[in-house]
Amino acid sequence: MSTYAAAKVVAAREIRVKLRDKTFLFSTLFFLVFAIGVTVLPVLFAGGPTSVAVADRATATVLRQQDDLDVRVVADDAAAEKLVRDGDVEAAVLAGPEVIAMDDRPGEVVSALSSAPPVRLLDPGAVDPFLASIVPLALAFVFFFTSFLFGLQIAQSVTEEKQTRIVEILVASVPPRALLAGKVAALGLLAFVQVALIAIVTLIGARLAGLDRGVLHLLEPTIGWFVAFFLTGFVMLAALWAGVGALASRPEDLNGVSQPVQMAVMLPFFAVIFLGENEFAMRILSYVPFSAPIAMPTRIFNGDAAGWEPFLAIAIMAVTAVGLLAVGARVYEGSLLRTNGKTSWATAWRSRTTS
Amino acid sequence: MTIVLNVDSVSRSFGDRAVLRDVSFAVTGGRLTGFVGANGAGKTTTMRIILGVLAADAGEVTLDGRPLTREIRQRFGYLPEERGLYPKMTVHDQVVYLGRLHGLSTADADRRTTELLDRLGLGDRADEKLEKLSLGNQQRAQVAAALVHEPEVLVLDEPFSGLDPLAVEVMVDVLRDRTAAGVPVLFSSHQLELVERLCDDLVIIAHGSIRAAGDRAALRARHAVPRWQLQVDTDAGWLRDHPGVTLRDLDGPRAVFDLAAGFDDQKVLHAALERGPVRSFGPVVPSLTEIFREVVQ
Repeated sequence: MSTYAAAKVVAAREIRVKLRDKTFLFSTLFFLVFAIGVTVLPVLFAGGPTSVAVADRATATVLRQQDDLDVRVVADDAAAEKLVRDGDVEAAVLAGPEVIAMDDRPGEVVSALSSAPPVRLLDPGAVDPFLASIVPLALAFVFFFTSFLFGLQIAQSVTEEKQTRIVEILVASVPPRALLAGKVAALGLLAFVQVALIAIVTLIGARLAGLDRGVLHLLEPTIGWFVAFFLTGFVMLAALWAGVGALASRPEDLNGVSQPVQMAVMLPFFAVIFLGENEFAMRILSYVPFSAPIAMPTRIFNGDAAGWEPFLAIAIMAVTAVGLLAVGARVYEGSLLRTNGKTSWATAWRSRTTS
Repeated sequence: MTIVLNVDSVSRSFGDRAVLRDVSFAVTGGRLTGFVGANGAGKTTTMRIILGVLAADAGEVTLDGRPLTREIRQRFGYLPEERGLYPKMTVHDQVVYLGRLHGLSTADADRRTTELLDRLGLGDRADEKLEKLSLGNQQRAQVAAALVHEPEVLVLDEPFSGLDPLAVEVMVDVLRDRTAAGVPVLFSSHQLELVERLCDDLVIIAHGSIRAAGDRAALRARHAVPRWQLQVDTDAGWLRDHPGVTLRDLDGPRAVFDLAAGFDDQKVLHAALERGPVRSFGPVVPSLTEIFREVVQ
């Protein structure tokens, strides 16, 4: 049997086991609820009566007949526009009539007026401040938890095979590389499916919730790139997770041994959270392979990234991934059959036990 | 044609500790070969090298003269010293899985697993998780895992340890069955009586080198000393003064003695018959334990 065929058998088992695993099912469900929440909540917050400022009393009377409008009468058009700009009201009806708003077409106001007046947006390109802050956070959160959770599961599955000693039978029948490839492929596929599912639900949710077309225009490439970056980022670290899983002989050792890989997931997460406002720092982070999966999509969402930038960043990640896969595979193979306690990185690197 | 697994001048060190020194022996198809040695003598290391789980520093292992490759080894069956299966997988599923890893199709693996578990008396526990089984039954599951792909060579490290007497008999049946199919079977054991009862061939290892290897009966003959046992009704102390006799053991009417070269054992028998009834008389064949003690010293 070829290594490829063996890897497929290994992957099939991993997937079957995980699909029965409550942790996996629960985390998938949790993230879907989270995704729906993020897209639907802003719309719910935005619900309730739309506040509108107007100077003309006759128009005010007309608007007051609508239940879903909160009408404030002001002295003149300038005062009305100031209220809009300050964010005190969502829209204003000026003389003409003309409807103004910041970034979002106030449909209720327009339909309340019989003349269907023109709408002028004061800042049409702007992203809803709530979305602007929640999207990078959500990307960071999804990447961090999914990558961490599935990576740790690769490590745990390797440690389990070492602890139960079944690894000796496995290695006697298939090359270690097939075991490694099968695990990385299986968990990578499951993680990808989970993230893709979250992405689809988010996009559908955003449409159903009636998110502004301009925002959707930004959100779609952001999420598309995020899925691509996620997959590359996951594969990049997957073999390292398997490697640290093999360094530990017991689950109790795993936490200590996997520290360096945990850091590779955790530090970029916090870096992006804390440096998110700093455009220069984000530019750098979006090219560092470990933080790129969060930072680059965030920059795409903010409209800061040029068209070629994600391609370059993902290419850098792919090259890093090839290198780290080789390192992970070597550590994995060097420590897989050392069942007496923890193996050090150096020992694993030097020894190639199997023939 | 008989299949022969040949271990040829294999050496292996861990650090500066030589664990195997120039180890050579053959495991012949259709014969059950017992592998005995004290703890740490190198049995497990040798078996792991045969399976390719460990690399030899020097020497090689061949099957019918061909060096072992992964493809050839994939048709080996292996029961490692440290048992292990997936605790949370059902017995049936993991035996099927291991069959698949050895290259069986899903349908074949499934069919073979069902047959084998029935035969090993695990048929009604097949769909339980391994961890729910008693240790003895987990052992049987482990045996099923080693046999599922109808291996062409079988290597078993301490297959009888931890087995109850009934399971030992099942295991013996399985080994004989594979041997009868022409498979070279190598198994290690500490239970020398069992090895003595079962094996056609013996390999004795001590401190990393082979001390004796070959046909069990021939080994015995080689290590046999001219020793007899006599059982009479009265005290057998008179033997002490019989020409050529060296008493090894005397317990009233029962005696064990060696006979110097050139002396006839039948004369001793006649002398005994003249003194009274003889209940038993015959040569003493050295037990494996005795041979073992002798060759490892």
